[in-house]
Amino acid sequence: MGLLSDPTRRRALISLLTRLNTPICAVCYMAGVAWFMGLAFEPFTLRMHMSENAMGSTMVEERFQAGERALVTAKEFGVQKNKAGGMPVDWLVKAMQDRGLEVFTQSFSRTLPFPDENKERFMVKGTNVYGILRAPRAPRTEALMLTAPCSQGNDNNQAVGMLLVLAQYFRSQVYWAKDIIFLVNEHDLIGMQAWLEGYHHTNITGMEWSPLQGRAGAIQAALSLELSSDVVTSLDIVLEGLNGQLPNLDLVNLFYAFCQKFDVLCTFQGKLQRNDWDSPSGYSHAVQTMMLMVLKQASGHSWGDHGLFLRYQVEAVTIKGINSYRQYKTTTTTVGRLLEGMYRKLNNLLERLHQSFFFYLLPSLSHFVSISYYMPAFGLLAAILLLRALNLWVELSAPPATEDGVANVEQSSSGVLSVVTPLVISHLTGVALYTLPVHFQEMAVEHFPVSETEAVVLTAIAVYTAGLALPHNTHRFVSGEGTEQGWRVLKLVAVLYLAVLLGCTALLNFSLGFILALTLVPVAAGVTPHMPKFPTACVMVVLSPACTLLFSVFAFHELQETPLSFQDTWLLFLSVISQGILDHALYGALVFPLLAMLVYPCWLLFWNILFWK
Amino acid sequence: MIVTPPRLSHTKKKMVLHRCGVTVALLVLISLSVIVVASRQESTLNNGRHDFQEELVISPLQSGDIYASFQFRTLWEADFFGGNKVSHYRLFPKSLGQVISKFSVRELHISLTQGYWRTMQWGQPYQPSPPGAELWVWFQDSVTDVDGTWSELTNVLSGIFCASLNFDSINSIQPSASFKPLGIGNVTDHRFLRYATLPRETVCTENLTPWKKLLPCGSKAGLAVLLKSEKLFHSSFHSQAVHIRPVCQDAQCATTSWELRQTLNVVFDLYVSGQGKREWSLFKMFSRTLTEACPLASSSKIYVDVSDNSEGEDFVLSPATPLLRQAVVLGDRRTFSVYDLTQKSTFGTTSSLNLLIRWKSSDAHMLRPLLHAERYVAGYRLQSGEIHTLMYNNHPYRSFPVLLLDLVPWYLRLYIHTLSVTSKGKTNRPSYIHYEPSKDRVKPHTLEMLVQLPPNSVTEVTVHFDRILLKWTEYPPDPNHGFYVGSSVVSSLVPSIVAMDTNATHECPLFNSFFPSKEETSYFVRLYTEPLLVNLPTPDFSMPYNVICLTCTVVAVGYGSLFNLLTRNFQIGEPRPGVAKRIANVIRKMRGVPPL
Repeated sequence: MGLLSDPTRRRALISLLTRLNTPICAVCYMAGVAWFMGLAFEPFTLRMHMSENAMGSTMVEERFQAGERALVTAKEFGVQKNKAGGMPVDWLVKAMQDRGLEVFTQSFSRTLPFPDENKERFMVKGTNVYGILRAPRAPRTEALMLTAPCSQGNDNNQAVGMLLVLAQYFRSQVYWAKDIIFLVNEHDLIGMQAWLEGYHHTNITGMEWSPLQGRAGAIQAALSLELSSDVVTSLDIVLEGLNGQLPNLDLVNLFYAFCQKFDVLCTFQGKLQRNDWDSPSGYSHAVQTMMLMVLKQASGHSWGDHGLFLRYQVEAVTIKGINSYRQYKTTTTTVGRLLEGMYRKLNNLLERLHQSFFFYLLPSLSHFVSISYYMPAFGLLAAILLLRALNLWVELSAPPATEDGVANVEQSSSGVLSVVTPLVISHLTGVALYTLPVHFQEMAVEHFPVSETEAVVLTAIAVYTAGLALPHNTHRFVSGEGTEQGWRVLKLVAVLYLAVLLGCTALLNFSLGFILALTLVPVAAGVTPHMPKFPTACVMVVLSPACTLLFSVFAFHELQETPLSFQDTWLLFLSVISQGILDHALYGALVFPLLAMLVYPCWLLFWNILFWK
Repeated sequence: MIVTPPRLSHTKKKMVLHRCGVTVALLVLISLSVIVVASRQESTLNNGRHDFQEELVISPLQSGDIYASFQFRTLWEADFFGGNKVSHYRLFPKSLGQVISKFSVRELHISLTQGYWRTMQWGQPYQPSPPGAELWVWFQDSVTDVDGTWSELTNVLSGIFCASLNFDSINSIQPSASFKPLGIGNVTDHRFLRYATLPRETVCTENLTPWKKLLPCGSKAGLAVLLKSEKLFHSSFHSQAVHIRPVCQDAQCATTSWELRQTLNVVFDLYVSGQGKREWSLFKMFSRTLTEACPLASSSKIYVDVSDNSEGEDFVLSPATPLLRQAVVLGDRRTFSVYDLTQKSTFGTTSSLNLLIRWKSSDAHMLRPLLHAERYVAGYRLQSGEIHTLMYNNHPYRSFPVLLLDLVPWYLRLYIHTLSVTSKGKTNRPSYIHYEPSKDRVKPHTLEMLVQLPPNSVTEVTVHFDRILLKWTEYPPDPNHGFYVGSSVVSSLVPSIVAMDTNATHECPLFNSFFPSKEETSYFVRLYTEPLLVNLPTPDFSMPYNVICLTCTVVAVGYGSLFNLLTRNFQIGEPRPGVAKRIANVIRKMRGVPPL
């Protein structure tokens, strides 16, 4: 602080920062990216360890035997499902009642804002069936949950079979201290959302559902099960939830610990664990796994039924059975035992899962990167914005010292107007991008030969592109010619705005903040009106939020080792946009409004600066 | 000794006069008073008449579970407040007698329960109780400092029952209508009533043992032999209670005696204890059989509820008993098979009784009790929430009133203006509301209201609350577990099933069946809802040391110097001149020349 109160040294520091601004920024950017890439490097990561005492080692022998019966039940369920042409509600109710559960149903209906072409649904009506295993001598204050979605076709029958058989087995055990809710939900996420809203008696998304009759107190943890084949070669764990929320790391630890106990192959992001961390191939494997997690988290999409629980402070993960035709196979009984073990440990919980991390990245299931290690990577990128802002501030405050006071006042008043106008106009464009696609779909369908979904996506792209043409000359209507001072003020405001925006985003969803920072920070740092217009504009478009999304889709499939042609990537890009809008409408995901109403307008401000005249 | 003749009620006296004439009545009076004198003389020897009864009711439940309800009743005609100290105890436990006299207790009800009574599956219990511990006490009107006595009393009871009842005014309330005295007496000023619950109390063997020691036979003989903790705590529901109240000695109510009722209710689970087989025996339930009654008991009986099984179509009961008894229990006419343990023949040739109930059918169905209630917390953020209480009236055509009592701790800030009561989509105005707002760290909220439940409806009571950020010392050691809110209490007079049953009319004589309500038209039901587990905003206590250090550093370094920078007025100062220059200036000043 002595540095700041001493004017000579302060001046020296500032002049250093302004003189070396560009090199420092470049170094920061490279350091940020390098730091991020280094996160998957072993010395940066921490070993997984169980933090919750209640889930530590217990001398428990898992006794579940009924793996074969689970498969038989699954077949029976499949037959009933085909017969009913959907969820066999009556059969499920009977099956759960026979296993000694208190059974209840919930019906729900939802009309989507526009048809979902991926899942082919528009007006959704369904029924959730759930049974509650009442723990003996427990006062209905705490519960655990096991869910299995009732999917279309023959998918996921095995999960329902496993759920029913586990319910039967759990029912005859005496050690339960928490009620266990077994839920079979129809229409995957929509049914899950309806059930959760019903359970917590809230209505966030405007869905219609019938109130629940039976409850079991505060849900402590939930597992969502997806098994679609009789043969399981490995189990995959899915963590990324709505808006990039993650479950407590202890739940992941628990899964990993039991996989090791039963010698079950477990994968994360579809990738197996490797032990050769030192070798380049091992490192690149870890980076790929971590990048997949970052991309999935940044999407803000709920990647399994568990993702919707996280909003309600219920720790949840999805466990998927994978059949990849490997030699090594896991029996259904082992999967059942693994679940039994997990539930018995969760049953021991005396408090909510809170001991371990909520913010982390996983380069593999055995190692994790905590928030204190990954935040500096973002910090280095965000520092660039602050350095640029300082530079602009110094540039802006230097000239008035030489001019007289009257000119100064005039300039500042015109400066305010020239800043406010583009701000307002670009945000109005953002609001248009947010509202028009859904509201104008009917009109678009009338006038163009497209389906509703295409209409929504194309309207969104049209508004986005129109926004590029619209605002960059607006300030001239208000204040005549733009001045040198004017664009600097505007840029200063825009840079600080972006810094705050990205900072807040990164705190809530690091991945989204970091990916946006990667592309937006160079734009924000570099753009001036004096650059050659056309090449700079091209670069800016390439670094715009929409193109970031396109690249992310492409990179995601590259990393998953399912490469796409450009054509397919484009089609997928369109469906991702519609998915984002649907996620927002159906589950309250915030990525679409964030991009449309804040990030895109912010980017437009920089676009405006480039075309400043 | 002055003998006061027993006070006959006016109608009784009239009846006697009509029947027998004046002289006979006089004779009766005299003989009665002689009996009283005799008993009084006997009682002065033994310090009051004693009586002990034990009883077990076994109800096979439709769900396949089985419900066993023990009751042990000790009556003692003693005057604790008469002036002379009661020191000779026989059947009545001394520890409780001393509690009554020391704390001037008029009525005391304590229950310790593990589990939640499932009304939808099991119907109504004989003695309802909320999960955890519940204590309510009426004090004599001679007590001046009720709060002080209450807090001392709860400490003593904690010692007696090995429980952790730390009740004081922070968590106790005075319900105005829900808990009326159950014994005789006409003081109903609720200043002398205290009510408190502890939903989190865990009940186990250490609570059972002192409870059994209060019995005259201990667990050595009689029905108490069955009370083995290894089986009792392998059940779905376990509740033990002690009720003390003054009751009438006889029909004339000339003298009062103290009644100590010890009850124990337990439900065994079909799947866990019964291995999924619908077959129950005393041995399977309690791993003991019965061989004798308690020798001190004047009556010792087992009742088995066979009302649903009048022709033996549902289950077989062995050994069979010719003794049947009908009673109207909870508004329903029930039939019980009775086993009298004081009879030698009950135990048969093996001289041990092992009741066996074997079901023939195996269909379980949910019940539709006329009244049931449930409660939950709505909302999901850590800032506010909403308590929903649902009360179901399943009676097809009659509405009835219920009293709802809520005890909400102060750290949930209720907004009473958001209270809404709706039935069938319409606002249902409670006819009586008693609300005492909480005071932070001093007393909890009391909310009591009388609501009329329309027939065949669900009535929903909702109220908003805010979750408070507590002081850091006020959090319990496991703050992330959540905070408990005790069960709300629903008390009601429910229309009797007997009165509503019109099918039974053909069995009765015609002159007797015109008015449907020939027996008691309604019966009293008390229900407890689930306790709630509410999360309050909790700071991260995992690294207090780091947090304290960091905060102190930030405050000391960051804030201090920033404040300094912001408030100081900066001026560019000339560097201080060197020593030589200063000396030169002094010399120049003395010379009268301007300084350098």
